[in-house]
Amino acid sequence: MADAANQIPDRIPISLIVNGLRHTLELVPWTTLLDALREHLTLTGTKKGCDHGQCGACTVLIEGRRVNSCLTLAVMKDGSEITTIEGLTSDGALHPLQQAFIDHDAFQCGYCTPGQICSAAGLLAEGRAKDADEIRELMSGNLCRCGAYPNIVAAIQQAMGRS
Amino acid sequence: MNNFHYSRVTDVADAINLLTAEPSAKLIAGGTNLLDLMKGNVERPSRLIDISRLPFRDIEETTDGGLRVGALVPNSDLAYHPSIEQRYPLLGSAILAGASAQLRNMASAGGNLMQRTRCVYFYDTSTPCNKRRPGGGCSAIDGVNRNHAILGTSPSCIATSPSDMSVALAALGALVHIAGPSGNRTIAVTDFHRLPGETPHIDTNLGIGEIITAVELPPRGFSQNYSYLKIRDRLSYAFALVSVAAALELEGNTIIEARVALGGVAHKPWRSLEAEMGLRGQRTTVEHFSRAADLLLHGAKTYAHNGFKVELARRAIIRSLVQAASATPQSQAHKKIT
Repeated sequence: MADAANQIPDRIPISLIVNGLRHTLELVPWTTLLDALREHLTLTGTKKGCDHGQCGACTVLIEGRRVNSCLTLAVMKDGSEITTIEGLTSDGALHPLQQAFIDHDAFQCGYCTPGQICSAAGLLAEGRAKDADEIRELMSGNLCRCGAYPNIVAAIQQAMGRS
Repeated sequence: MNNFHYSRVTDVADAINLLTAEPSAKLIAGGTNLLDLMKGNVERPSRLIDISRLPFRDIEETTDGGLRVGALVPNSDLAYHPSIEQRYPLLGSAILAGASAQLRNMASAGGNLMQRTRCVYFYDTSTPCNKRRPGGGCSAIDGVNRNHAILGTSPSCIATSPSDMSVALAALGALVHIAGPSGNRTIAVTDFHRLPGETPHIDTNLGIGEIITAVELPPRGFSQNYSYLKIRDRLSYAFALVSVAAALELEGNTIIEARVALGGVAHKPWRSLEAEMGLRGQRTTVEHFSRAADLLLHGAKTYAHNGFKVELARRAIIRSLVQAASATPQSQAHKKIT
């Protein structure tokens, strides 16, 4: 098997249900879910920040759970339901978190925002955060280099009140 | 990332067969550490064997009153499981002290035990590293070694284990269930990871073709008197400079049983049976805790930048034992240390 790494393996057929729509893809196994979403499905709302699981910009929901899509191989998620920032709106209405981020000016450059909002959606579904300290701790996987953290916490608190 | 082949298995025997036949293959479950290492060309497996669909996702009672945790239980599910919260809160606390919510949703119990060191030289393929390329030399010993080990080091390697979970598992006396080409076996978590010695490229005592199937917690959970105290450069989402898993069983103010395991200071979770034996039968005083700290840190060897870890560890050991004794465990959300 010494030559295995030099061979180009066949593309692997998979299906992903992204934001409610089933997509069939044929991917080389080293395609991350992040690259599959951005490069193959042109869903560029999900951002590539560090590409090493350290910044959270790539956060999406798989089966409702927040994960780093940059550290996920697309072929391993064959058949999974994935929600990205593009899928959080319903019937054109903003998700309460999206509205809360606008209300609280919870961003500056906006690059981390899709990941922040998807992560916060996961946090709300988990139901573990009760106060600002717990929100900060459970959002620590999402970095904001503009430093909008106080407004992000306020936006999440607003959305928690509504949900 | 290098090109690799991909195999998805639904039977543990298939995983063992594939892994035995192709030693340059790697198992993948959560992938949070392995894919990161592959992106840096530190790991270059010829094949990834996807074990994420194996039936190792249950948390079950054992006949002796303990708990058996399937190797694929995600870290977050484990930390928040009612049996862990009620009976093994030390383990839940340690897990929640590590990584981020996203990573904990992905990372598996077995994968957490298989994490590789975060030594920067291990990650930097332009520098020598005996763990990455045996015989190349250690760049950390005379390099920037502020984060490195003070106990159990060797001239070949001063890397630390990054896992918080395994520190709590070591304190609890957990077992690792393993399946392999020669059948099943069980070893203590404390015997699972190795010291670097002259073979720092071998992190664990897993043999060729072997796979972790479960982690078993013994009945005693120390749920009343415990604390996981993690000291790091930022308050969240950082690896430990020093961490302490402290667990006591008390009768009044008298210690019946004591466990102390250290993280961030060695190539594996660090325990001292002498220190723990010395606490038995004693009162819960700072004087006795200080004596235990001295025994735990006996033989510590420091390098140019990590000398502070000895005193930091000594104080963290005492503080975590005080927290355990007073039933006021360190919160992983409210960061003030009291």
